Amino acid sequence: MSEKLLMKGNEALAEAAIRAGCKLFFGYPITPQTELAEYMAKQLPKREGMCLQAESEVAAINMIYGAASTGKRCITSTSSPGVSLMSEGISYIIGSDVPCVLVNVQRGGPGLGGIQPAQSDYNQAIRGLGHGDQHVIVLAPNSVQEMASLTGEAFDLADIYRMPCMILADGALGQMMEPVDFGAHTPREIPEKTWATNGHKNARKHNVVNSLYIAPEELEKTVLDRFERYAEIEEKEVKYDTYLTEDAEIVVVAYGITARIAKTAVRMAREQGIKAGLFRPITLWPFPSKELKALAGTTKAFLSVEMNMGQMQSDVKLAIDCAKPVTHFGRTGGMIPTPDEILIHIKKAVGGDN
Amino acid sequence: MAGILLAGFGGQGILFAGKQLIVAGMKNGKEVSWLPSYGPEMRGGTCNCSVNIDDEPIGSPLVTTPDILLAMNKPSYDKFVSKVAVGGTVVYDSSLVTPEETRDDIKSCGVPATQLANENGFPKLANCIMLGKLMKETGLFDREYFCESLRAASPRQSPSWAK
Repeated sequence: MSEKLLMKGNEALAEAAIRAGCKLFFGYPITPQTELAEYMAKQLPKREGMCLQAESEVAAINMIYGAASTGKRCITSTSSPGVSLMSEGISYIIGSDVPCVLVNVQRGGPGLGGIQPAQSDYNQAIRGLGHGDQHVIVLAPNSVQEMASLTGEAFDLADIYRMPCMILADGALGQMMEPVDFGAHTPREIPEKTWATNGHKNARKHNVVNSLYIAPEELEKTVLDRFERYAEIEEKEVKYDTYLTEDAEIVVVAYGITARIAKTAVRMAREQGIKAGLFRPITLWPFPSKELKALAGTTKAFLSVEMNMGQMQSDVKLAIDCAKPVTHFGRTGGMIPTPDEILIHIKKAVGGDN
Repeated sequence: MAGILLAGFGGQGILFAGKQLIVAGMKNGKEVSWLPSYGPEMRGGTCNCSVNIDDEPIGSPLVTTPDILLAMNKPSYDKFVSKVAVGGTVVYDSSLVTPEETRDDIKSCGVPATQLANENGFPKLANCIMLGKLMKETGLFDREYFCESLRAASPRQSPSWAK
C-alpha cells in the first residue's frame, strides 16, 4: 500500500485529477471549494498543465466545453450557485458528447444561500443539470479518500461513455482533512478518442463537435443513441455500499457525508437491539434501484437521510415500487445532522418508543 | 478514542493545533478527521476545529459533544463548556479565560498559555503550550512521541512549548 497523506478533500480531489492525467482546470472561486482551484493554480503550471481563473462560471464551463472537445482531460469545480450558472454549458457538453469532470462542493441554498455543507442540489444533479433529455453520471464520495479515488474513476467513466461525470460532494468533505492514499484507484482502459477535434493534419476527415441539429429526425436519433448508452451505464456502472443490511428491519439510505453519520447511528441502534442497516448509493445516477428493491423483500421500512428536505426519498420509493414505507429525515441550510437525531428517526421508523 | 473541539480567535493557531493532533494520531495508526470552521471565521473572529481520533472509522467529522475542549478565548469557553461530555476535559487559556460557568462532572484545567508564550519570547506559540497542557492532562499521546511529532512540524525553530 502506498503512503497515506493528510489532505483536505478539495486538495485531494485536485491532486487525484492531476494524477489521472488532467492538465486543464478552468473555474471561478467560490466557498467552500476554493482550495481545489487554489491547489490547481499552484500545481498545474509546475506539472505541464494550465489553470485558468475565468471571469465567471459561465465562461469557465464554456472553456471546459472547448478543452473537452480536443479530447484532453479537463475539470471544473464550483459550489451550488455556480452550478446553476454552468447549467447551459453543461447541456451543450452533453449534447456534443464530450467527456469532462464537474465538481459540485455543495453549500446551502437556494439563492446565494450560505457557505455551510448541504446536499440540496441532489435533484439538480440527477434530474436538471441542463435542459433537454439528458443524464450525467453522478458520484457521491463519503470521505477524503473517496474524493480522490472517485475522481480517477470519474475521468475514466467520462471518457468511456463520452459524457460529463459529476462529483457531488459537500462543504464538509471539501474542507475536512483525512488520510488519503492516491494508489487506491486502478485506472480503466479508455477507448481511443477518434472523435476529438485535435487537428486532422490532412490525415483524416475533420471531426465536428456540435449540439445543434435542426432536423428533428436527426436530433431524435442522437438522443436515442445517447439513451442506449445511458441504459448500458445503468446496467454496468452502479456503485453502492451496504452495512449490516442482511438482517436489517430498518434500512437507512444515505450518501456522501450523511452516510457516515448514519453509519454511527446504525451502530448505536444495533447496540440498543434495533436491527438497523445502511445502504449507501455511491452512484446517484445511475441510482442503485435494483439493489434497493432486493432489500425491500427483507426489510420492514426505509429511512432516507440527507442534508436537504427529502430529495432522494422519491427515488427510494420508485426503486422499491413503494413496497415498504419510506420516511425522510434531513437537516438543511448548512446544518449537519447528528447521529443522535438520526437514531431518533430510526426508532420512529421501526415504530418503537423514542 | 476522542472527539476534540479546539476553539479560539482566528489567528491563535487553532487549526494548526488541531492538525498536529491528527498528524500524531495518523502516525500512531489511528483513524483521524479534522474539520475546520471555514469562511469569514478564518479571517478573524471566532474559529473552531473538530478533531476525531479513534480506533474505528470516523462517522461524523463534526464534534458536537467533545470529550476534550481546548478553549483559547472566553467566547469559545462560554459557548462550548456546556457541551463537553460528562467525564470529559476542558483545557483553557487562563490568561484570557476566567471561567464563570464551572461543572463538577468534567475535569477543568487552566494554563496561562498566552502569558507564558509572551514571557518566553514565543508570542505565537500559545497554541502549542495549550497542546502540551492537553497532553499532560489527558495522556492522549505519549509525551516524547508528541514532542517529536510537533518538532517535525516546526520550521527550524525550537519552541520551548514543553510545559
